[in-house]
Amino acid sequence: MSGRERILGRVRRALADVTPDERPYEEAVARGYLREHGDRTTGRTVELLAENLADYRAVVHRCTARELPDLLMRLLAGRGSREVLVPPGLPPGWLAAADPVQVHDRTADTAARLDQVDSVVTGCAVAIAETGTIVLDGSPDQGRRRISLVPDHHVCVVRVPDQVVSSVPQALERLDPTRPLTWISGPSATSDIELDRVEGVHGPRTLEVVVLG
Amino acid sequence: MSGTFVGMPAFPEAAHDAVADPTLRRNLRHATHTIRTRRAKAVGELADWAELREAGRRIKDHTLRHLDRYLVQLEESVTAAGGTVHWAADADEANRIVARLVAETGESEVVKVKSMATQEIGLNEALEAGGVRAYETDLAELIVQLGKDRPSHILVPAIHRNRAEIRDIFRTEMGAWGRPAPEGLTDTPAELAEAARLHLREKFLRARVGISGANFMVAETGTLVVVESEGNGRMCLTLPETLISVVGIEKVVPTWRDLEVFLQTLPRSSTAERMNPYTSMWTGTTDGDGPRTFHLVLLDNGRTDTLADRVGRQALRCIRCSACLNVCPVYERAGGHAYGSVYPGPIGAILSPQLRGTGSAIDASLPYASSLCGACYEVCPVAIDIPEVLVHLRERVVQGGPAVRQGNRVVLKPAKGHAAERAAMRAARWAFAHPGALRAGQRLASRTRRLHPRTLPGPVGAWTGSRDLPAVPAEPFRDWWQRTRGGKDGTR
Amino acid sequence: MRVALFLTCVNDTLYPDTGRAVVELLTRLGVEVDFPMGQTCCGQAHYNTGYRHGTEPLARHFSDVFGEYEAIVTPSGSCGAMVREMYPRLGERARAEGRGDALARTLAPVVPKTYELTEFLVDVLGVTDVGAWYPHRVTYHPTCHGLRGLGLGDRPRRLLEAVKGLELVELPGAEECCGFGGTFAVKNADVSAAMGVDKVRNAESTGAEVLCAADNSCLMHIGGTMSRLRTGMRPVHIAEILASTEEVPAV
Repeated sequence: MSGRERILGRVRRALADVTPDERPYEEAVARGYLREHGDRTTGRTVELLAENLADYRAVVHRCTARELPDLLMRLLAGRGSREVLVPPGLPPGWLAAADPVQVHDRTADTAARLDQVDSVVTGCAVAIAETGTIVLDGSPDQGRRRISLVPDHHVCVVRVPDQVVSSVPQALERLDPTRPLTWISGPSATSDIELDRVEGVHGPRTLEVVVLG
Repeated sequence: MSGTFVGMPAFPEAAHDAVADPTLRRNLRHATHTIRTRRAKAVGELADWAELREAGRRIKDHTLRHLDRYLVQLEESVTAAGGTVHWAADADEANRIVARLVAETGESEVVKVKSMATQEIGLNEALEAGGVRAYETDLAELIVQLGKDRPSHILVPAIHRNRAEIRDIFRTEMGAWGRPAPEGLTDTPAELAEAARLHLREKFLRARVGISGANFMVAETGTLVVVESEGNGRMCLTLPETLISVVGIEKVVPTWRDLEVFLQTLPRSSTAERMNPYTSMWTGTTDGDGPRTFHLVLLDNGRTDTLADRVGRQALRCIRCSACLNVCPVYERAGGHAYGSVYPGPIGAILSPQLRGTGSAIDASLPYASSLCGACYEVCPVAIDIPEVLVHLRERVVQGGPAVRQGNRVVLKPAKGHAAERAAMRAARWAFAHPGALRAGQRLASRTRRLHPRTLPGPVGAWTGSRDLPAVPAEPFRDWWQRTRGGKDGTR
Repeated sequence: MRVALFLTCVNDTLYPDTGRAVVELLTRLGVEVDFPMGQTCCGQAHYNTGYRHGTEPLARHFSDVFGEYEAIVTPSGSCGAMVREMYPRLGERARAEGRGDALARTLAPVVPKTYELTEFLVDVLGVTDVGAWYPHRVTYHPTCHGLRGLGLGDRPRRLLEAVKGLELVELPGAEECCGFGGTFAVKNADVSAAMGVDKVRNAESTGAEVLCAADNSCLMHIGGTMSRLRTGMRPVHIAEILASTEEVPAV
């Protein structure tokens, strides 16, 4: 007998005493919880996003579309970045004023090559105010997962209010599960030493979020 | 009745040294108390916590109730998305499958995301036996691996180590595994984290095979979810060409939407964060992004035996947050190693004896490793009534009865070593059914009370080793009542 | 109102003063108290140690002895929780074992009318000031089965706050288990003792003379530890504090 048949057989025998619940799933599982916590204006939701990002040590900036190229230039210069990774579909104007050499992520590049790049600039798919989370889904303005992982400095641009939701349930509604998703809440951190939080392990140790709107 | 319990089992012996180790006690106390307060605050932020907990319970119960259906659906979804699904009935089968998949890549090393399932089956040792070295990449797992230690906590396997001990392990052991610790490494957590970053980075960058577990698997979409903090998970899930995920069958949830519950309750319960730094979700393979080959190994290894138990099956709701460990007064003092399993603490005390059976000394003793104070149940984000299951498993130990082992129905015999206790319980039951006899015993105790010492040798020493016995009163209450309130029928 | 005192086997044998205090207190509040002489043990120790089948005759006996009363009052959070929380479970499990509804039906009547003492005072009698006088510095330990099993909440605290002369001081780590846990205290003596010592050290840090709780099983463990550590603190059951008056003070 295959492992599959053995396990499924065991499951069925184990459940012999259980009456199947044939109601539609959404009826069988009551969801008495909230879709979002609190009642806020859009402006307030954006502020909450910024507060919660900052609470977990992301550096938050706000600017208008006109100011963005200068801001990105300053952020990259401030780090002393010589090279910046650029996703294939990053709006061309964003890095118009930036000095570092723009590196495009090619399939042939090894992870070790990406490790030599100082910074990466991406957009995002959605941002969650209540938890201070940005979610990347591999769209052209975000690129494949490794580019926002290997460089030590990640600048992520969130377009507000369009890309901001209040809560985790609202974010899941907007996301496409067939895409590879990365949820990011602050820079890399660990609680492994004495169960206290320390920022900065393997992922980017500096996360800067630009709230664009 | 304190004198009647003989055959002190394995947990107490294992806990004995931990209780007497002041460094360990301090480390555990500091860590658990830190996280306890922060968890309460993180949970307190959500006005609908009770509803989220209830929804989590119901989702898991519903899934378990139809587990066969959801596993088949998951298999279809993962396959359709480009993954390959394997089924492993036990640890050996899972290890064989993973070893074969690694061998097929021709690689001799793998990087690992922290995974309870692979620890449970002893995958690293099995791979080592086949000449494949597995590198643990989670900071705490790294500390455990370098220190040739055992994990003692679900979330923070090196919780028993303080920063100075971690620095010493890094200094002496890192060199043998790869890049040595930086010169002059101090014990500040930031420097320790930096040392781990440097040590592991070369391994991530060259890795061709990654091995993970998963926190959740979504049946309708075939999506797997890994919740982590450090980015080591992202490295292992993204950079290698081949990804092998070993996941317990109880980790499936029916729908995408179900994640909205657990992604709120898990981070707050485990690391006391609104959200953990990184969560990765992947569905099969994606062209041009991440591993080109994805294998999912679905693991039983005692889970279906647990599912067969009407009371005990609720343990399969567990989402491995470790909130129960952090509030447990027994865990805080005995430490994780005393539980003799990769699953320590209250959840381990109900999971290990179900996954492994109650045959060994340690597994038969785990259901007793609790004062039944109920703090674990109170914080559990999926409402597992751990005290209820503990008592149920005690029953299995002392009374025996029907159970399922490796898929077969068996009738367990009462455990040895409880004979004296059983006799005492029987005697007590007889006395309690005969109030006259009880009263005679009480009177005898009262009359001889001046002769009672406050400490005693022998089995009663388990009590009097640290506590004085109460003085026996001059007369039991019922005598006073009868004397002062008129003589009603004394035996009824 | 006529109620039955379910004193518990431990109190009957070792802590008769608590029983007398409950009788005095309830009588003072106009309640007619009976002590059914047939009472023995609720079966908690059997049940919690894994002897569920052995618990059943004790539960049936309890139901026999107390079934006819309007209310059953017990000065023990854990024994109260045994009847209220676990008796229904005994019935369910018997049913699941194919033994029908008989046990569930036998036990059903006593479940809703069993009250822990402070619950009975606050919820049934509707009093928080019971006219007590107790001129001591007291710290309160909420026992686990009272706190998390029965959900006593702030009832004991409200009763203590209304006692004249009593100074109530906060116990650090109050909600942590004292380490008694029935047979746990002997099966896992090292851990149990360590928990007891921590509880006593916390109690000492308050400067209180008295540690008060609503369960003598826990107090036996805490008191035994206090005595061994020579702290000079005393464990006192809440009933004895509430029964104490200026005319008849507690010793």
